[in-house]
Amino acid sequence: MVTEQLVDLSRLQFAATAMYHFLFVPLTIGMTWMLVIMEAVYVMTGKPIYKDMTRFWGKLFGINFALGVTTGITLEFQFGTNWAYYSHYVGDIFGAPLAIEGLMAFFLESTFIGLFFFGWDRLSRRQHLLVTTLMAIGTNLSALWILIANGWMQNPVGAEFNATTMRMEMVDFWAVLFNPDAQAKFVHTVSAGYVTGAMFVLSISAWYLLRKRDVEFAKRSFRIAAAFGLASALSVIVLGDESGYTVGEAQQTKMAAMEAMWETEPAPAGLKLIAGINEKEMKNDWEIEIPWLLGLIGTRSLDKELPGIKEIIAHNRTRVVSGIEAVKALDQVRSNPQDAAARERLLTYQADLGFGLLLRKYVTSMDQVTPELIDRAAADTIPRVTPLFWGFRLMVALGFAMAALFGLALWYSVKGSFAEKPWLLRWALWSLPMPWIACEMGWFVAEYGRQPWTIYGVLPTHMSVSTLSVSSLYGSLAGFVGFYTVLLIVEMYLMVKFARQGPGSLGTGRYLNEVAHA
Amino acid sequence: MIIDYPTLKVIWWLLVGVLLVGFAIMDGHDMGVGTLLPFVGRDDVERRVVINTVGPHWDGNQVWFITGGGAIFAAWPLVYATAFSGFYWAMLAVLWALFFRPVGFDYRSKLHSPTWRKTWDWGLFVGGAVPPLIFGVAFGNLLQGVPFNFDNNLVSYYTGSFWGLLNPFALLTGVVSTAMITFHGAIYLMHRTEGDIQRRSRNAALIFGVLLLAGFSAAGVWLQWIPGYVITSTIDPSALPDPLAKEVAREAGAWMHNYQTMPATMALPVLAYLGTIAALLLALKGRTLSAFVASSLTIVGVIGTAGASMFPFVMPSSSDPRSSLTVWDSVSSHLTLSIMFFATLIFMPIIITYTSWAYRVMSGKVTAAYVRENSHSAY
Repeated sequence: MVTEQLVDLSRLQFAATAMYHFLFVPLTIGMTWMLVIMEAVYVMTGKPIYKDMTRFWGKLFGINFALGVTTGITLEFQFGTNWAYYSHYVGDIFGAPLAIEGLMAFFLESTFIGLFFFGWDRLSRRQHLLVTTLMAIGTNLSALWILIANGWMQNPVGAEFNATTMRMEMVDFWAVLFNPDAQAKFVHTVSAGYVTGAMFVLSISAWYLLRKRDVEFAKRSFRIAAAFGLASALSVIVLGDESGYTVGEAQQTKMAAMEAMWETEPAPAGLKLIAGINEKEMKNDWEIEIPWLLGLIGTRSLDKELPGIKEIIAHNRTRVVSGIEAVKALDQVRSNPQDAAARERLLTYQADLGFGLLLRKYVTSMDQVTPELIDRAAADTIPRVTPLFWGFRLMVALGFAMAALFGLALWYSVKGSFAEKPWLLRWALWSLPMPWIACEMGWFVAEYGRQPWTIYGVLPTHMSVSTLSVSSLYGSLAGFVGFYTVLLIVEMYLMVKFARQGPGSLGTGRYLNEVAHA
Repeated sequence: MIIDYPTLKVIWWLLVGVLLVGFAIMDGHDMGVGTLLPFVGRDDVERRVVINTVGPHWDGNQVWFITGGGAIFAAWPLVYATAFSGFYWAMLAVLWALFFRPVGFDYRSKLHSPTWRKTWDWGLFVGGAVPPLIFGVAFGNLLQGVPFNFDNNLVSYYTGSFWGLLNPFALLTGVVSTAMITFHGAIYLMHRTEGDIQRRSRNAALIFGVLLLAGFSAAGVWLQWIPGYVITSTIDPSALPDPLAKEVAREAGAWMHNYQTMPATMALPVLAYLGTIAALLLALKGRTLSAFVASSLTIVGVIGTAGASMFPFVMPSSSDPRSSLTVWDSVSSHLTLSIMFFATLIFMPIIITYTSWAYRVMSGKVTAAYVRENSHSAY
């Protein structure tokens, strides 16, 4: 039976493996374009140092990529292994972008990554650059398709419920494809990846410069990273996810929660910088606010209101009440498919079916529903505010800090004096973990902020799981923790070793720490 | 929509077959190479030669697996959901075995320690040998039926255990699958290596080729006694998919019906035999590329035989036969099947084109000299 413990463990396993996977993905996304830039300079200028840069940073990229591949398969398996009802219920829509991702993106990326590493002596310069570019395009396309899939979870457009097949079915592929949520997410996420790639190169180059080693190599790498990083950081902020927050109720709920906006405020709403959140009494004990800002960002207007949490709960209560009718009608259709009256009633209330299904957590039959349970289900539609509020703020603060760093780094790159600014180099070095923390916070806000749903308004999380035993979950979770810990230690060891060794690891004879042929 | 629903349902049965066969041919030869690695490569340089025959390609080839999984999700969501969750521990074993491959390939030669390298060599062995074994065992269980059922809302409940999967017939099909993949990998290695490694690979091809022929024959004979499944209610191929809307009976010899009603399907088991024999003869004659084509045809024959025997069943249920999943009632909507069909039609030729180009760029024998000259960049 589906127990709360089973649901929690399934969520924990998915969250842990997904967040672990996303330690490697953004670096891959960003590094591919950094490699394209470096190699393009090599092809245009013919200077071997740019080839060495492509190969050395490519080596670190490869160490990271291996774990990205390893941990990515877990996620594709996991929808089926641990979220079987989800897979059945929305596979008709959700499966398609995953399959197209394989056909269109993964094959491209994975085939050409082989030639990227092994093709240096067998391809002309231009051919090799083409290979690197195709690898980068493949990587970015895979992000596009997975975010189309994820965007649909946040804003399920282009689909309808079918009572005969007992699932959601696609009715408009283009709506799924051009889901504004998906598009905003794609731009935001790949830009965050570019920032990660740029920060990686910037930090390690700064470390070489602080040690005054491989200086020419490090300076060139630093400059490219500074320019690419600033452009990307601005793109993350300006084309940020917030542009998608006016779309659909899911994002309005998430926005109200992550802004700790309990009441609907007169437009344009203010943006809380920090606040003392009191979830029990549904208010903030104190807050520091910038007037107007949230309304401007969130609605791109001065007069549109953003609903507060209490208003959203009241609205969702009416949807739960109507959803009960939908579930009752569905139960009748399932037990007697010929019941035309029940089908008719289901159609009337179908839009709120998901809200009725929220009650399945508490009762098996809709006849057992009490007003208290309806209140509870309506209150369930708001995720916990505190972690979202602070998670989002941490992400944004890191984003601005990184933009400032890249701005200064580029400024002094243009002036040509960055190598003599130890404070800047040290700042760059210590900023290394920032993009990863920001990326993880971003996904946390996106996914935790959608609870209690896997598909907003359509399928509650507690219904989505596979009917496994709790002991199976403990076993698999322990296995993942074990494997992933060992893998992380191995990866970090190699990454640090080769980063320390620097371009000398290429064995070209041009750098410090040359190693003998093995 | 240009193609009607019943036709698309059959096309998707064929396409899933194509993806599984593509996976077994492409990722399969990598896995065969991984399985043979500790045995055909006796020292570090030899092992690096073996690894570098697949070094530039294993990642692209693994996408056949990922895309196959994605396509089953998109085209047969109920199969994806029921099989992956039902075979929970088996799927995790495959997954964890696969963990050893990307890191094994990429990390093995980055450090000089012999212990480090030997550890990863056995990791690559596990990543090569375990998945084909488990997939073979899974097919053996599909042929016998799997204990699962749906409730009225199509929530699936698997009532068997992991150990129940390891029954004698399934272990036999596991051996067939492993032998097939290792055989295929051995022939690939003969094509890409020379000298001692090639000689040892030839011996491996002989052993596993004969094992495959024996195992396949034994499984074929055994299958006569295994009760198959038949749909006893009328089938409406254009109906909306609902697995609970049919009646199913278990019947001895039912898995042989398709060969009687459609004798053309006999070509598949015949192909499995002819492909293996041709691959062996060609390999012994030194015509290794033709041998690889022949062993690829073996794979078409073996997997095709399993699929054709069960058609239209995909995942029969032993505990509640009417919950069985078939080509007609476990599929996606008409629209999704159409879109995915055209997506496959467009991208498959493109994928095959650039994959062929990548193999052409990296063609030729991998030698000890190559590994020594490229010790910093090769695996």
